[in-house]
Amino acid sequence: MELICPAGTPAAFREAVDAGADAVYCGFRDETNARNFPGLNFSRDELKTAIAYARRHKVMTFVAINTFMRAGQEKLWHDAVDDAVRLGADALILADFGLMAYTAERHPQQRLHVSVQASASNADAVKFLVETFGAKRVVLPRILTIPDIARLARQISCEIEVFVFGGLCVMAEGRCSLSSYATGKSPNMNGVCSPASHVRYREDGSELVSELGDYTINRFPAGEAAGYPTLCKGRFDIAEERGYAFEDPVSLDVMDHIDALRDAGVGALKIEGRQRGKAYVAEVVSVMRRAVAADATERPALLSRLRRLSEGQKTTSGAYEKRWR
Amino acid sequence: MPATPHLSLSLGPLLYLWDGPKWRDFYFRIADEAPVDHVTLGEAVCSKRLHFIEPHVAEVIERLEAAGKKVSLASLALVTLERESQLVRGLVRDSIHPIEANDLSALGLLAGKPHSIGPLINVYNGATARLLASRGATSICLPPELPMASVSEIVRDAPDVAFEIFGFGRVPLAISARCAHARSKGLVKDNCQFICGDDSDGLIVETLDRQPFLVLNGVQTMSHTCQSLLQELPALTAAGISRIRLSPQDCDMVTVARIYESVAAGLMSAAEGLARLVAAYPGVPLSNGFHYGQTGASWIEAPAGARHGGERWQMR
Amino acid sequence: MTLPFAMTAPLRFAPLPLIEHATRLVFAQVVRQHPDLFDRLGEHADKRYAFVPTDLPLGFLIEPAARRISVHRKPHLPAADACMGGTFVLLLALLEGQLDGDAVFFSRSLTITGDMEAMLALRNALDDCNIDLPADIARMSGPFAPLVRRAASEIRTRALSGEAARWN
Repeated sequence: MELICPAGTPAAFREAVDAGADAVYCGFRDETNARNFPGLNFSRDELKTAIAYARRHKVMTFVAINTFMRAGQEKLWHDAVDDAVRLGADALILADFGLMAYTAERHPQQRLHVSVQASASNADAVKFLVETFGAKRVVLPRILTIPDIARLARQISCEIEVFVFGGLCVMAEGRCSLSSYATGKSPNMNGVCSPASHVRYREDGSELVSELGDYTINRFPAGEAAGYPTLCKGRFDIAEERGYAFEDPVSLDVMDHIDALRDAGVGALKIEGRQRGKAYVAEVVSVMRRAVAADATERPALLSRLRRLSEGQKTTSGAYEKRWR
Repeated sequence: MPATPHLSLSLGPLLYLWDGPKWRDFYFRIADEAPVDHVTLGEAVCSKRLHFIEPHVAEVIERLEAAGKKVSLASLALVTLERESQLVRGLVRDSIHPIEANDLSALGLLAGKPHSIGPLINVYNGATARLLASRGATSICLPPELPMASVSEIVRDAPDVAFEIFGFGRVPLAISARCAHARSKGLVKDNCQFICGDDSDGLIVETLDRQPFLVLNGVQTMSHTCQSLLQELPALTAAGISRIRLSPQDCDMVTVARIYESVAAGLMSAAEGLARLVAAYPGVPLSNGFHYGQTGASWIEAPAGARHGGERWQMR
Repeated sequence: MTLPFAMTAPLRFAPLPLIEHATRLVFAQVVRQHPDLFDRLGEHADKRYAFVPTDLPLGFLIEPAARRISVHRKPHLPAADACMGGTFVLLLALLEGQLDGDAVFFSRSLTITGDMEAMLALRNALDDCNIDLPADIARMSGPFAPLVRRAASEIRTRALSGEAARWN
């Protein structure tokens, strides 16, 4: 199975290649990708250099252009597609139908992957994207169980890629406006979720308080591991109960299920984390490389070391196991 | 200021779980009294809830059509199970009423048939709207988070399709495979006991500062605020929007529809309409921030030029 | 991962101008070795960044646009737009990209206050730069060079051994 690894900077890109990625995915330094964070991502020149480096090591480069084109500013997205094709991207990861149509028409030879942000969660949805835009691969939303994936795989003709490690969206991806409801900035339009510009941390006594826009979204007592300031992992009050209404600060880890995923028909395993540092990328990619090759009995020991790097320092199998629901 | 003759009102699908008789009686009253031209019916949020309304769908459609309303049927917003896929396929195959597509599977299956696009399908630009229109979409309800600048561009860019705006109601913000509503009451989705039916207008989620923020509606998360684009009706009409969607809340929706009708027709000022709206849906703050590209939860006073009945507004 | 007293003692008791002079030499050397260091900051280059080691009586203020670093005794730190706090070796390890900032933040070993966007931009800029303090400083000359070089190597060794122990 292919290992698809994140890179937010050229340095992280080289680490991913060196650590054994089969493909590295990355995006341009603008709103065209869903990790549009300050100081992150690639200029055209940086992507060119990165692709050359990857080629020398027989590694593929996927370019994520996976936000939705802002009406009236489509050129930004069209240019991103044209440039990624020109620079030799092995695949484009797209979410917007309008942009998929543009790509299929202008660059019919270009390999097109369906981003998780497109929310193709069933066979009919995938067939629609394959038939309409010639999609070669779909990245499935993190809302399906392994049996769901196996059933889907039997009904579709394109390759399947799934997230196996890193950040966990609790909501169906590409269909969440929680961030823009609280901050005005959304994953779909701006490529950000709970943007840093709206995040504040402050100490209140021994507690760490995180605020997003005008809302307090968590209080971490001394010593408790923290997470990203996303709304779906915030602590709230519902009637008299206080707690994590949607999900704890945890991240995804389904490496225990690699064999089941392979049997289900999954061809590529994706690691989330373009916003993470190169140290994270190097560590996670090399461990995952070994874990994919290892015997199932050896995996837990290999993978346990990664938990320290995770949000909340905890991991979950998420929706891949039915009881999560 | 001229009236806005081309603006019609539509009622979106009821997103909450109400018991069968309450659901039926709600639509009977809509049929008899509400000035809406178009009603979209059906369960869009959770496939487990379908049996609550199924016994009453036929009589409700009959009553609505007898009253001259156009009826569409909503497809599910999140389709992951084989059973759910079968439901969507059956709906598309058997329905004699137009379907509102709320996920990509319905979108795919509806190719070549006249259909409408619900607000949960990601239409952020004219290219996407044109693509959907070319496949048979005749109307598109744009995503609630879209700012007015995008709305205007899209309408201009896709002249062959009718556009609808989410003009009233708590905004559906997210949907999950996991049921936060059931979880909040110590249950899991597979054995949820339809606990979401206890909260006919959603279950309030407050921040740690006890600030009401969101509401849970089964697997869906909605805004606590009620989006209202009453002030913006003239601007929306001028931009070419042809329908305003009212999303049912557990309040007097007939009154809500009459307020929108009066303001749209220029018979009531937006200010008076808003005051009446607050009275009709008490305790729920209004929001319109998405329309202005701001925080969705916020309330922005419309600029003077965009106001309807501006003189009266300013005399307030 | 706190430094032993013997190593921090010079930083505790040395005159501030001396420490600042050494810090500026190192900073200038790093900027020389990594001329594109601050390119990624964009609009955030004009901001002031404070780095406050929890285990030293000092704080460092970096002003990228002016290519300037200054050292201040606690509690007389000037106002900054964004502030990062953690042990000295942790801050150095982050500077070099030896650690993932998010992971140490989750573990609560790191505090960030103020302008998160600016700090995130700087973190990402640093992370891309492959700063290697001992190697960068090895190219340095002058009377302080051997001292600073030895300290940097020592700190790196300790920082990484501490980290390895923590991660495994």
